[in-house]
Amino acid sequence: MTERPVHADGEPRRGVAVLKAIVRHRIFFALVCLALVLLLNMIVTMATSGSPGSFFKIVHTNGTFNGPLITILNRSSELIIVALGMTVVVSCSAGVDISVGAVMAFSSSVMVWLLGYGTLAQNDYHVKAYVVPLALGMLAALAVGSLCGLWNGFLVSRLKIQPMVATLILYTAARGAAKVVNSGQILKVDLPNFRWFGNFIQNGAGRNIIPLPTPIFIAAGVVLIVALVLRFTALGMNIQSVGINNRASRILGLNSARIILLAYVFAGLCAAIAGIIASSRIGGIDAQNNGKMIELDAILAVALGGNLLSGGKFSLAGTVIGAITIQTLTTVLYSINVSADQLPLYKAIVVVVIVVLQSTELRPMLNRAAAFVRPRRPAVAVAQAGE
Amino acid sequence: MATPVLKARAVRQNTLWQRLSAQFSGNNFLVLITFALFIAIYVVGVLVYRSKNFGSLNSFFDMLNSNPGLIVIAAGMAMVMISGGIDISVGGQVAMYCMMFAFFMEKKGANAYTMILIVLLTGIVFGFVQGILVAYFRIQPFIVTLAGMFFARGMTAIISTQTIDITNRSFMRLATFKIKFPFGGYTNAGGVYQQPFIYLSVVLALVAVAVVYAIMTWTRFGRSVYAVGGSEQSALLMGLNVKRIKLGVYTFMGFLTAFGGFLFCLFSTGGAVEKAQGFEMQAIASSVIGGTLLTGGVGNILGSFIGVLVQTTITKFINFNGTLANGWSSIVLGAIMSFFIILQSVFAMVRAKRR
Repeated sequence: MTERPVHADGEPRRGVAVLKAIVRHRIFFALVCLALVLLLNMIVTMATSGSPGSFFKIVHTNGTFNGPLITILNRSSELIIVALGMTVVVSCSAGVDISVGAVMAFSSSVMVWLLGYGTLAQNDYHVKAYVVPLALGMLAALAVGSLCGLWNGFLVSRLKIQPMVATLILYTAARGAAKVVNSGQILKVDLPNFRWFGNFIQNGAGRNIIPLPTPIFIAAGVVLIVALVLRFTALGMNIQSVGINNRASRILGLNSARIILLAYVFAGLCAAIAGIIASSRIGGIDAQNNGKMIELDAILAVALGGNLLSGGKFSLAGTVIGAITIQTLTTVLYSINVSADQLPLYKAIVVVVIVVLQSTELRPMLNRAAAFVRPRRPAVAVAQAGE
Repeated sequence: MATPVLKARAVRQNTLWQRLSAQFSGNNFLVLITFALFIAIYVVGVLVYRSKNFGSLNSFFDMLNSNPGLIVIAAGMAMVMISGGIDISVGGQVAMYCMMFAFFMEKKGANAYTMILIVLLTGIVFGFVQGILVAYFRIQPFIVTLAGMFFARGMTAIISTQTIDITNRSFMRLATFKIKFPFGGYTNAGGVYQQPFIYLSVVLALVAVAVVYAIMTWTRFGRSVYAVGGSEQSALLMGLNVKRIKLGVYTFMGFLTAFGGFLFCLFSTGGAVEKAQGFEMQAIASSVIGGTLLTGGVGNILGSFIGVLVQTTITKFINFNGTLANGWSSIVLGAIMSFFIILQSVFAMVRAKRR
């Protein structure tokens, strides 16, 4: 204990204190994880392509920017959006929303069903022309997502049901409902502007107008809006307060039930946005695979971002970093020819390492192990150290 | 040296009525409602699909025959949930065990009985590691078992990505061993009498459920699990070794999952990456329908069994109907789950008000 640098007046040195504060900050760990995964990705890309900088190279071809970094950002945008909703839910209700993947599938199924209302069966389940304007379809998807969130929020906030159990209902039912809406088929949309939201925005001649994939803009927009709202209103503070102590917040005059309800509606809305992107990416809706297992990745992103799953304080930046970390890891594993089925194993190992390192029990355990290995000090010295 | 938990149970319950009312008070009442609902659904099924022999003993045994694994694992899930935790790795684990059976018996010529031992041991080790992470590293059970699920699913694909059917002689003998019943059958359209039967795996599953029930009801370990789930703080203050009990719960759950995986494999007789998809949620749903609370401390092992029956009856309904899309079975299941969950919460609120 004596080796800690101390000023004459007993205060720790300022530089060291700042450094310690940085290291102790919750986002620091998330950033280190991201840096490690990026480094791994860089090494792998270097080994496979032979040129050292190729991982960070961004090429401008056909009016678009291409490169590994852009692909990672593009692919992680749904996860970022869903994970944002999950962060808020985890923060204020100390539980997870496992229905988001199913809500993604359900809301976008309703959208595509509306777009081709009444013409689907005769067109072999292809949408050849919009029966309902695209914007209205998207609004419907957002409405369905919010309604699903409202139902989850009602169960959690008013009926005081465990979040995981409450969302288990829609986890089970919503994907089934999506299949019923789709008549068990994979619906396709054969119109170019449907694909804009998951790919590039194009002009009439099929040229890309905007050089970056749209999902990046949507994700950035959602992050920005949420960050601004939480920064300039008391909502963020209230959410954390409800998460830290529900009763105390209620006694202080916060309507904790309404805040929790809002959080779930927001999570549902985020799921609907992600669902629109995911279905636009493939130009149709596959109820079985839209948003499949994304709830688990989203929970992982929240945890990797240094947010406690037991609720309370949260960091949006941490969540975004967590989501990008997961996608980067996926990319690096794909590039060393790990198949999609084997991927989870490596993810599991990374998760276990990270959560064990984050565990508050690790340090005392290591100390005990060290004390066990180190030769025992005489009893007098121990007594002095204890004083 | 009896623990306070055991003493609490030693309160004299004299008359049969007192004993019965004690059994069915509070949360056991939910089990009773679940059971009544199951009977109601089943009777409706019998009346509606009379022509398709819904009411025959064969049809009832079918429900058991196709779900031995789920029966065992749902019982284990109730135990984990009573301890205040959760295990979502069971689906992945079941897929992994099926693949182990299929791959090592078919491709490596392993002996069936050795494989059963290896799988059970793997399950214990898997559960032990999860238990260490939950109990001693204090990582949330959801995250630990999420990692466990990822690990098991990935491992399944690493063992083999093929779909392998099991043909091993002694394994198939176990899988097809039938216990026939002399009554309750029906004569089919061809005039052949269909004798009702259950597979050996069902008997094993029911024995496992009985053992878990006995452990949770009458042993010190079982009562400690309830105590830990009810309030970890109080259990600690009472002198219970909370960490070791949690470790025990997850290790036992690992064993039960492996055993359930073995029974699942006896029914499905093959290994594939996609096996047992969504199995964990089926097990959790069964426990929830059976009246076990995710908050811990409250629950009944037998309730999970009834939960499995309710779920399979609904699936059967949809199958017997034939015209409904399969999405409907999950919608109906969701509706029934919301019914139970809302009922539970109303009960909890009434009880909280009475205090």
